[in-house]
Order: sequence, then structure tokens, then C-alpha cells
Amino acid sequence: MGKRRVAIVGAGMTKFVRRALETPKELAYEASKMALDSCELSLKDIDAVTIGTAPDAFDGIHMNGEFLNDGSGAYRKPVMRNYVGGGTGVYAPIHGWFHVASGMFDTCLVVAEEKMSSCHPHPAGAFLTIFDHTTEQPLYPTLIWIFAMEMHRYMHTYGLTKKDIAPVAVKNKKNAMDHPAAQIAQEITVEDVLNSEVLAYPVHRLDISPTSDGAVALVLAEEHVARRITDKPVWIDGVGNALDTAYWCTRDLCYPQYLEVAARQAYDMAGIREPHKEIHIAEPYDPFTYKELHHMEGLLLCGKGEAPRLLADGVTQRDGNLPVCPSGGLLGVGNPIAAAGLMKVAEIFLQLRGEAGKRQVPGRPTTGVAQAWGDLMQVGTVIVMRT
Amino acid sequence: MEITADMLRNTATRLSSKDFAQGKVVTAAWNPNLQYAWDDGVAIGRYLKGLKEGRIMAKKCRKCSRIMLPPRMFCERCWRITDEWVAVEDTGTVNTFAVSYVDWAAGRLGKGRRPFTPAVIEIDGASRGMGILHLVDEVKPEKIVVGMRVKAVWRPQTERVGAITDIKYFKPLK
Repeated sequence: MGKRRVAIVGAGMTKFVRRALETPKELAYEASKMALDSCELSLKDIDAVTIGTAPDAFDGIHMNGEFLNDGSGAYRKPVMRNYVGGGTGVYAPIHGWFHVASGMFDTCLVVAEEKMSSCHPHPAGAFLTIFDHTTEQPLYPTLIWIFAMEMHRYMHTYGLTKKDIAPVAVKNKKNAMDHPAAQIAQEITVEDVLNSEVLAYPVHRLDISPTSDGAVALVLAEEHVARRITDKPVWIDGVGNALDTAYWCTRDLCYPQYLEVAARQAYDMAGIREPHKEIHIAEPYDPFTYKELHHMEGLLLCGKGEAPRLLADGVTQRDGNLPVCPSGGLLGVGNPIAAAGLMKVAEIFLQLRGEAGKRQVPGRPTTGVAQAWGDLMQVGTVIVMRT
Repeated sequence: MEITADMLRNTATRLSSKDFAQGKVVTAAWNPNLQYAWDDGVAIGRYLKGLKEGRIMAKKCRKCSRIMLPPRMFCERCWRITDEWVAVEDTGTVNTFAVSYVDWAAGRLGKGRRPFTPAVIEIDGASRGMGILHLVDEVKPEKIVVGMRVKAVWRPQTERVGAITDIKYFKPLK
């Protein structure tokens, strides 16, 4: 199959905040304009646009992709909106990669935006309708329930305690102190996590990422175009995504098999045989503390049940052998759903270019992976990048 | 190019509760109050009829031999129409559970209210790993454990309407 090589050549973002004055399209504009400015392109250089944004129910605007179109630079251009729940932010650049790798377009602007604050009393309420309307909704479930149950199954299977998992929050919120877009960066201790309010045991308040407003944008270009734009292209060498069944109660809740399927697709495409040795830096999706560990395992960065030990040994610190979420992740930078996933891709882009400022990991990493997850705990989206 | 705090200064203007209290920001509100009537479908329709009769009905796929809950008209793995209906037990095992102090819209339950104790319950007679979401009650939350054996507590026959809530909850199996 004649795939063309695709690079990321520019990135932009807004701050992540609990409630922004700006409308969704204003946020999308700010991030998109910054991304174009960063690589000295203008909108006329962009052939196509892909927009990632999560449920319309947050905004109360049906067909939110169409609404976002002009803020995303898609005025009278080919544009598609994509949505796989929390997995959207990493699916969006995969979707942009399809456009450019296929030969259809030479450049693609990838925009991910989320404004959760419009939904009252709390955007969590919008998630009630993702559950089966007949067999589950009458029990009034919330997403926190099912994540708490998944976390509990993970802890039970490997004999883990809350203390083994809480350091993820400590690490990520501290990493986020060096991120200029961060919403809830802070120095906390494991005890702070354990003493924070219990929302749904075993999930405490500090185990969970906030609701946020924000946007992130990337510019993708075909190989020859990319080399004209920048002398530091970051190549998208592997992409993968897989969706499991929505019968979530029927799955093995302690291991994200669908993510392994997606990761193997991406690694095979990138020619990576031993991910734990070949990946230098990782941004797995961390909306909850345990998810970072769960996803490290699904990404084959360590064996099943081994991630807590890597965390305890400091391997995943920014100066460790495998820095994980050096950005600060969703737990520290914030979680405007689709934008949060794309923030992770932007972080690997900046890290591989040596442009992450105070967040820069040592050792000149050349290969990184970003990943997101969502829907009814059923989607894995994975992207492998190299210098 | 590094993304700096200076570059982000004029993006995403942070609003605080004070900004609203002082009338600095104008908002428009809308309460759509839409209503939906969802059809229960072929497989779940039969499942609900079973619940009304006080039975849990599963569906078997002869190709992969799975006895599936919730029942489905096609097997997502074998991608074929499923075969016979199988009445399974109303007992099972807690695969995992949570103790939730928040409601469906993340509202706090407040003091004095029993927390929700949702669980994934693997039903006896269905294939291993076939669980359903339900609630566990008649036990202190701190006494619930993964692996606990539980049994359905049914509403009285005259109160059953053909809904998942015809089972009030699951309680420990003595």
C-alpha cells in the first residue's frame, strides 16, 4: 500500500481552565492560529481540516463539528469531525494522518476543542446517555462508578493498595507546574491523595482529572512539504485504534485488551518490536490515576501488573528511564476531553524537538508514544512519533 | 518553537464565580426538556419479559458456546445470529464494585444517605465473565468484597413491569 510519510510541523494551544469566557469556536481559533503561526503558514497553505470534539451534549449544540468549522480554519475547505469519546484527541491526528498519508491532501490542520463548562449542573450528567438505555440507565449510573469499578478490579487482581497508585497524581500534578497551559498543577503528597474526599471508592478527589475548557491544534504535512516548512519535522510513524464492545460488563476489566490491539497496529507500522526498550517517552491517557498504569500495560511498555513497580522505582519520572506524562497529563494540565488527548500528542512533538522548555526530558529522546481512551471504557487510540 | 506562558496569556480567559456574581459575564440558559421513548428491541425485549416473570434469560451462540448476558440477537465475535434462549440463575459473584458518594450528575449525596454500591455481577449459568451492572444492598458497604456470592432480590410479582429494576438489588447469598 502506497502510504506517504506524514510529519507534525506545528502546534498551538490555549490555556486549560475550569470555565472560559471564550466560545468553543473562539478557543478553536486561538489554538489553530497559534499552530499555523508556529510554522509560519497561513490558512491558504492548509488543504483540509479535521476536528475532534467530544459529546454534543456538553455544548448543547447539535452538530458541534459544523459549528466549530470556521473557528478551526475550515471555512470552505474539506472538513470532517471525528469523535470516539475520550479517545478523540489522539484519534483526530490519526484521522488527519489518513488524509495526508493517503495522498488526498498535502497538509491538514488538526483541531481538538472542548468546552465542558456550559453543561449544568455538571457535565458528568451528560454521560448518563452513553449507558444502555434499557439495561443500565434505569440504575442511574455515572462514569465515576464504572471507573471506580475498573480501578477496583485492577487493584484486586494485582493485590494493589491505594498507596501504590496515588503517586501517579503526585508525579503528574508536579510535572504540570512547568506546563504553561496547566489548570491544576500543584505539589501534593500521597497522603493528600488518600485524605482527599472519596467520590466513589476507590476513587478519591485527587485521583481524578478536572473538567476543563480548552483547545489544541497541530499542523500535519506530507514529507516533502514538511521538509520545506521545518528542519525539525516529527514523523508520525505508526497509528492504531481499536474499539471493543459496548457490553463493558462482559470484558476483562483489569486489562485493556483493545488498547493492546491498537498499540500492536501502531508498533507494527513503525517497525517497533520491543516497545519497552524502543519507546523513550510516553504520554498514556491519565484521566484517573490508575489509568496511567493500566495504559502503560496495554501499550506493552511493561508486563501486566508491573506498572506500579515502575512508578515506585521512579522509572516514570521526568528524569527516569521511561518518562511517563512529562506534560503533567490530564491530572495536572487538565481534561478538556478531546483537547487533552491532542495536548499529549503536542507534548511528544515538543519533547522530540527539544522544545519542551522546563519540561524537557534529558537524553534526547527520539521515539515517543501518545495514547487516549474513552467511550464506554472501550476505545484505544495510539500514535507513535519519531524525530 | 517552545510554547511559553507569555504566548498563552491571551488565550482561554479564566472566569471565576465572582465574575458571574458581579454581573461581568452575561449567559444565556436553555432547558430543552426533550423526551425519548426507546424501543427495547428483540433480544432485550425477551430479557425484560423474563425479568417480569422472575427469570434471567441469556442467549447462547453455538459457534463459540458462549451463554451471553445481556442477551443479544447476534454474536459480536462470531458475527452470526445467536441460537437458543437459556434461563440462567438469579445468583452470581461480585466481579468488582464501588462505593459511590456521588449521583449520576456528580452531585454529592450528603450526610446520612447510604452510598450507592454498584457492582458488576457475574451471573451463575452464563459463561464466565458475563456480568451485568446492578446494585448490592442489605450489607454494609465496607463488608462487600470482590468474589462475594450474591442473589437477586426481586420486586413482588404484581409490581414487576419488565425492567432491569424488577430486580431491586442483589444481596449476599447466605
